[in-house]
Amino acid sequence: MKLITAIIRPDRLDHVREALIQADITRITVSRVTGHGRQEDIDIYRGQKIAPNLIPKIRLDIAVNDEFVDITVDTIINAASHGEGEIGAGKIFITPLEECIRIRTKERGGKAI
Amino acid sequence: MSLSLKIKVHIITIILVMRKIFLTALLFLPAVLLFQSTAWAADAVASDSGITSWMLTSTALVLLMVPGLAMFYGGLVRTKNVIGTMMHSFAAMVIIGVLWPLVGYSLSFGPGILGGFVGWNDNYFMLQGIDETIMPTHIPEYVFAMFQGKFAIITPALIAGAFAERVNFKGYALFIALWCILVYSPICHWVWAADGFLFNLGAAGAIDFAGGTVVHISSGVTALVAALYLGKRRGYPKNVMHPNNLVMTLIGAGLLWVGWFGFNAGSAIASDLATARALTVTQVAAAAGAFTWMIIEMFQHGKATSLGVASGILAGLVAITPAAGVVQPSGAFALGALAAIFCYSAILLKSKLGYDDSLDAFGVHGVGGIVGALALVFFIRPSWMADAAVKAGGSWTLWQQLGVQAAAVGVTIVYAAVISLILLVLVEKTIGLRISEDDEMSGLDHSMHGEHGYGLINLN
Repeated sequence: MKLITAIIRPDRLDHVREALIQADITRITVSRVTGHGRQEDIDIYRGQKIAPNLIPKIRLDIAVNDEFVDITVDTIINAASHGEGEIGAGKIFITPLEECIRIRTKERGGKAI
Repeated sequence: MSLSLKIKVHIITIILVMRKIFLTALLFLPAVLLFQSTAWAADAVASDSGITSWMLTSTALVLLMVPGLAMFYGGLVRTKNVIGTMMHSFAAMVIIGVLWPLVGYSLSFGPGILGGFVGWNDNYFMLQGIDETIMPTHIPEYVFAMFQGKFAIITPALIAGAFAERVNFKGYALFIALWCILVYSPICHWVWAADGFLFNLGAAGAIDFAGGTVVHISSGVTALVAALYLGKRRGYPKNVMHPNNLVMTLIGAGLLWVGWFGFNAGSAIASDLATARALTVTQVAAAAGAFTWMIIEMFQHGKATSLGVASGILAGLVAITPAAGVVQPSGAFALGALAAIFCYSAILLKSKLGYDDSLDAFGVHGVGGIVGALALVFFIRPSWMADAAVKAGGSWTLWQQLGVQAAAVGVTIVYAAVISLILLVLVEKTIGLRISEDDEMSGLDHSMHGEHGYGLINLN
């Protein structure tokens, strides 16, 4: 089991979410986060382009069984970038997942995902 | 008494007398000036400070409804579209705010041209000819022009609810500008200008006190046409589209209710009995509409929702708008309740028919406006009917008035639908109105404005 954590641009959320659903990856957790990357966020504020130093991002947490890692990662990569891709498109982290428990049934392991 | 003393006394007496004359003259001076100024302005009307104050207040109240509408609509869309949706209302304030003093007022309230199709008066261009004018209603014409201008602002902003979350900002801006000139101004002229043909239809004219046809039916019908022409939002109706902030929606609904007192009670262009009547029925209808909606929801779902209460308030207010000058509180109860029932059913029917009027601009404003404009005939106060009978030269029945109302409603529906469709096609084929699928998924805030509604609140 792996935990896939993806940091993406907020305006790509629906693209990624829908692509994941198409690929049958439907169990995801989404949160609003901010952080620093190489990108400078540009907003237009009273006629001036400004770069707030913490950039709003979306974080997806997806727990998957090993055989779903590749499809999940590929889907996110394809849907999260604008065309050629540019700085700020985001990152994906994959970490080993020690255990997964479904609270309702107390099932453990891969079948609980 | 010595001679010198005698002379002194005389001089003092003369001085005293002269002072008396002088003081008397001073006392009379304002009176003389006042008399002169009234004589000088004999044919003009003096402004009345009481009426003018209330109309200035009403003008500000109606403008307050526009940010109210921005909050009402803004809270109902998804987070990624909150700025784009609120900008629809603010863009109307800006664009119509420019257009109205330029040509809108002249097109609406100038003397009829083109066989009464619209009005026009060269003097109204840039409002340059009304700098000195005091109207027969005892208010400066500036106040009337600005008051009416607020109605012209909110009407196109109402339409935006139908195609929320899926239109191009530039296309929207062009559409409301054309719509103001080609749809709003002509209908406004027909219904409210002294020589408008609906104003003079039947015994005492089509009854549209504050904008049932001009504002709500015209915008509601356009909303329906626009929703049908532009098509559904991506994912509708399969995906649930939750309101991003019902708190903001409720604040918006509250501001609309408050602003509506200016909208209706200001439409008497007076500060008297008619104003008090309009204010009272406005309050009663809003409460009755919300109450009815609440009861319906309690029976249907067992829970009264905040959005239901907000919708009921609006339905009641919309329905009383044409009727606020002619019905009594009992009629206001009935109109508010009827509007809630019809609008609630219309929204259920929309879900069955499957068209995507995103924020129910037709379901509330179109349906509520039609219910109000037609059903009001059953609740007209007897004195109004008696006056109408005198004007008609004997008798005037409510069925005859219903015919007049139906004619006004029918003309508004057909005209608004046809011209709006032409304008929608025109804008869509030239600069584009429906945004691309990619932009729609990203959301209006990012794709149209380069901002986010809540995102600027960073953690630092």
